Amino acid sequence: MKVSLPSPLVSYTGGRRDVEAGGATLAALLEDLERRHPGIRFRMIDEQDRVRPHIKFFVNGEMARALDRRLDPADEILVVAALSGG
Amino acid sequence: MPGLALLVGTRKGLFILKSGRDRRRWSMDGPHFLGEVVNHAVLDPRDGRTMLAAVRAGHLGPTVFRSADSGRTWREAAKPPAFAKAAAPAEGESVSHVFWLAPGHASEPGRWYAGTSPQALFASDDGGDTWQGVEGFNGHPDRRRWIGGPQDAPPDGGTLHSINVDPFDPAHLYIGLSGGGVFETRDRGATWTPLNRGCAADFLPDPSAEFGHDPHCLRVHPAQRDVVYQQNHCGIYRLDRARSRWTRIGDNMPREIGDVGFPLVLHPRDPKIAWVFPMDGTTVWPRTPIGGRPAVYGTRDAGRSWKRLDEGLPKGQAWFTVKRQAMGADALDPVGLYFGTTNGEVWASFDEGARWHCLCLHLPHVYSVEAALPR
Repeated sequence: MKVSLPSPLVSYTGGRRDVEAGGATLAALLEDLERRHPGIRFRMIDEQDRVRPHIKFFVNGEMARALDRRLDPADEILVVAALSGG
Repeated sequence: MPGLALLVGTRKGLFILKSGRDRRRWSMDGPHFLGEVVNHAVLDPRDGRTMLAAVRAGHLGPTVFRSADSGRTWREAAKPPAFAKAAAPAEGESVSHVFWLAPGHASEPGRWYAGTSPQALFASDDGGDTWQGVEGFNGHPDRRRWIGGPQDAPPDGGTLHSINVDPFDPAHLYIGLSGGGVFETRDRGATWTPLNRGCAADFLPDPSAEFGHDPHCLRVHPAQRDVVYQQNHCGIYRLDRARSRWTRIGDNMPREIGDVGFPLVLHPRDPKIAWVFPMDGTTVWPRTPIGGRPAVYGTRDAGRSWKRLDEGLPKGQAWFTVKRQAMGADALDPVGLYFGTTNGEVWASFDEGARWHCLCLHLPHVYSVEAALPR
């Protein structure tokens, strides 16, 4: 399925904002993203499997609040990194 | 790369100031990691070309980058420092940022240490590519008591810093915890002992507490065995390990200056010579140069006396702070001293502090300055 990434993460994808990844859940999708683009998962999910502050996942435009959110191959995933501070 | 490099870590990236070893002409390389916090960047003195940088991008978490070519190209660590995942229902810790990097002993090429916030110690045996927790410290049953809680931590979080490997014993390490105090291990991190006797902790109810102190910067002398200096929240100290009790050499500073500050720098060869950058620790702790008149103070007799070294520095209305990692020395003769400021200036002295020169302005808030001699 299509995954749209924010600009702070494109250093892991060769500069591409839109990439492909698969998985039956959001957690599985992030594992697949990590296989394809090593290092990218740890920028979004910490070592305790907590979503990092200001990282948000949207599935077909709806915010996903848990990593066990079920996914369908036709879903479109949007990752938002709302960086803040001066 | 020319013969001398200053690795300047800032709130918005890494800058490398370069010169020949005559220190006459300087150029600027960078920024590297523009927009990302660089708490510390260090050249490996064992090979003269490997560099590690502690980097944190906004809210994207901490990592370490490695360069094998003196900073020309960088690659992220395959396994950055991170705690083990806690078994449910326990709430595990997450590394907020990597704060301090230290090469291992000269006899252990590839060995590195990293100190983090919250206070934890990590090690790498492959030149900084993969990191493991030093469980003798991170998993110590007393660690939570040593490091305290959020109320005991500085505003940006508690840090493990000042990782010093004893140059005469690779198994002997000193670390500083802010807060928590100085600790040492003599068995490569398996067991740890507080080392704070003689240090003041005027913010603790028990003046003779075994731990809970706030060392700002700890330096073990690279050439003279068992000589340790410390700039502490409550003063400047020296420790002769034969005594195992810190002596407050800051009592010999001028009373109107006091002995509060963050960095402390040692002469690379003479164990009696050290430099500090005093900060205003009165009232609400402004942490600025006393009276707005910045000065380095140096001792050449192991702290028995101190001399003000401010020629060339601003004469007034200068209110920057020099952080604990933001002052260093090269190993040339005479020794060059360098410091970076929270308003983005880098200053240098090529005659051991006698006269100061501004190397650059307008950088972001400087977090660290390391002088290095690339090969």
